[in-house]
Amino acid sequence: MSARLHGLLAEFADERQLLDAIRHARAGGHYSAIEAYSPYPVEGMDEALGAHRVCVAPWMLLGAIGGGTFTYWLEWYSAVVNYPINVGGRPLFSWPAFIPPAVEMTILWAVLFGVGAVLSGARLPRVRHPLFESHEFERATSDRFFLLVRGDDPRFDAQVAQQFLETLSPLSVLEVPEE
Amino acid sequence: MSAVLPRDTLPPVIAPDETYTSISAKVSDATLRRPTGWLWIGGFLLSLLACALLFVGTIWLLYAGLGIFGLNIPVAWSFFIANYVWWIAIGMGGTFISAAMFLTRQGWRNSINRFAEAMTVFAVSVSGIFPILHLGRPWFFYWLFPYPDVMNLWPQWRSSLEWDFWAILAYLIVSIVYWYVGTLPDLATFRDRAPTRVQARFYGLLSLGWRGEARHWMRLEQFNLITAGLAVTLVFSVHSMVALDFSEGLVPGWHETIFPPFFVAGALFSGFAMVLVLGIPLRKWFGFEAYLTERHIGNMAKMMLAAGLFVDYSYFSEIFTAFYSMGKYDVAMTMPRVVGPYAWVFWGTILFNVVLIQLLWFPRARRSTAVVFVIALGVLVGMWLERFMLIVASLYEDFLPSAWGMFWPTFWDIAFLIGSIGLFFFMFLLFTRLLPMLSMFELRKLLAARRGGEAQR
Repeated sequence: MSARLHGLLAEFADERQLLDAIRHARAGGHYSAIEAYSPYPVEGMDEALGAHRVCVAPWMLLGAIGGGTFTYWLEWYSAVVNYPINVGGRPLFSWPAFIPPAVEMTILWAVLFGVGAVLSGARLPRVRHPLFESHEFERATSDRFFLLVRGDDPRFDAQVAQQFLETLSPLSVLEVPEE
Repeated sequence: MSAVLPRDTLPPVIAPDETYTSISAKVSDATLRRPTGWLWIGGFLLSLLACALLFVGTIWLLYAGLGIFGLNIPVAWSFFIANYVWWIAIGMGGTFISAAMFLTRQGWRNSINRFAEAMTVFAVSVSGIFPILHLGRPWFFYWLFPYPDVMNLWPQWRSSLEWDFWAILAYLIVSIVYWYVGTLPDLATFRDRAPTRVQARFYGLLSLGWRGEARHWMRLEQFNLITAGLAVTLVFSVHSMVALDFSEGLVPGWHETIFPPFFVAGALFSGFAMVLVLGIPLRKWFGFEAYLTERHIGNMAKMMLAAGLFVDYSYFSEIFTAFYSMGKYDVAMTMPRVVGPYAWVFWGTILFNVVLIQLLWFPRARRSTAVVFVIALGVLVGMWLERFMLIVASLYEDFLPSAWGMFWPTFWDIAFLIGSIGLFFFMFLLFTRLLPMLSMFELRKLLAARRGGEAQR
């Protein structure tokens, strides 16, 4: 074992095996730095991984409130403070007529903040990653399921981890070297 | 419960012998490995030709001004506004399928939503051209935007035309983002299955390094769920704004409270029609019969019929209200519509939007893709005629009889309509060669759900 390992990768044929493997790795192997890869979002994964809740929704709420409030404020400021102009005796602060642009901007900024939260939370965009060097891992986006035990896990020992992963009856166990 | 058909007698939404491997292979090979056929090249050249017409027309319009169209007083709105409403309406169908049917857990929508979303993006992009070029001085279109300037110029926030600007802006950006973020996992599949290095690089950059990690999926799912909810709101609000462009005006035939819901129904109607017009050939040419089954076509046809019935009800209620109220101007607007010089537009609308779609009540008609295709094409024509009728037939006889006048389209009116269709197909044809046409990860999810169900039984 010369090069430092990014981790060990176990390959599975379906989601059930992957879910079982994760439960074993957490309970039996006591690993905490594990990652699971699948070609589609697998139900029950959050529970198996013990992943705490992801935080996309709060950011979207923030974007919604910010975008809507700012637009509504801007309408009030431009029509009442900065350039008040009397159009046929209509009130300067025509609050119902100011709602539609604010509604649209509420939605737009919620979605834009949401994308930001999805990408930054997943540390994307990312051009290089140790996993991309693995030829076998290419099937993670088509039809295979992978469990990764990361090398920076405090309990990680390459030999022990290898033996442990073999007990989960995977299709194969692969070493992923650090870049 | 005996009256309800048991679920198992329905044909499955994915052919029974499909696997994760076959889904990934079939959908990505259709784009990555399939040689470009003559049919595609022919269609592409044709759409390019139409785009050229649009390009030349735009240059000529910028040089000569709006006088190149048949516009005059009283008919100061015609083809351009009809085209604009028509295209943005078509976009609504895609968002509705993708968002509302996601929220209501209509699993079969997973094989349609991706190209429907692409259709939305292209249709909204095309529609945006029209209101801008119709401004008279299009190069000042950014005056609609509230930016700090030395002229102390602010937009008129009380105008529905200004609301429309914000609605289109939000709708365009949200539909692009929703489409792109949802495609990331499929672009990653393309990256990993790309036959050449150049393609792998291209899709590698586009997919932003997506790997399918469980926590990434959780974020994406949460985003998709909330965005779907927001997008449904957007569909209804955007097309209501489009309708308010008319409702806020005092023209009989426009000044009606029924317009927002009526326009939304019309939008879904034409959107579903366009999904069928695109989906039926896609299914045949790219061999997607395993994912776009007869059940999909039948379901879409039913939804088109349902939306069409809403539209038909609005036609009925418009005419009924005019005579029930005996409003002098309402009757004076309705009668010429039905028997006047534009009667052929009215009866054309009735033929395509009311009469022909009734065939879809019959299961035999819904099972024939050719029949459904022709009816859907008719609906697109009918919906364009309806917009033309609403706009022109309401304007040509205004309050002063001395000002009454007919509208006749010029060559350029028609050139822009053809050009916009060309631009739409130009973008859609490029899409079929470059990007995933079906949502692979959602198809796999559907398959996983089916396998889960079988295991429990």
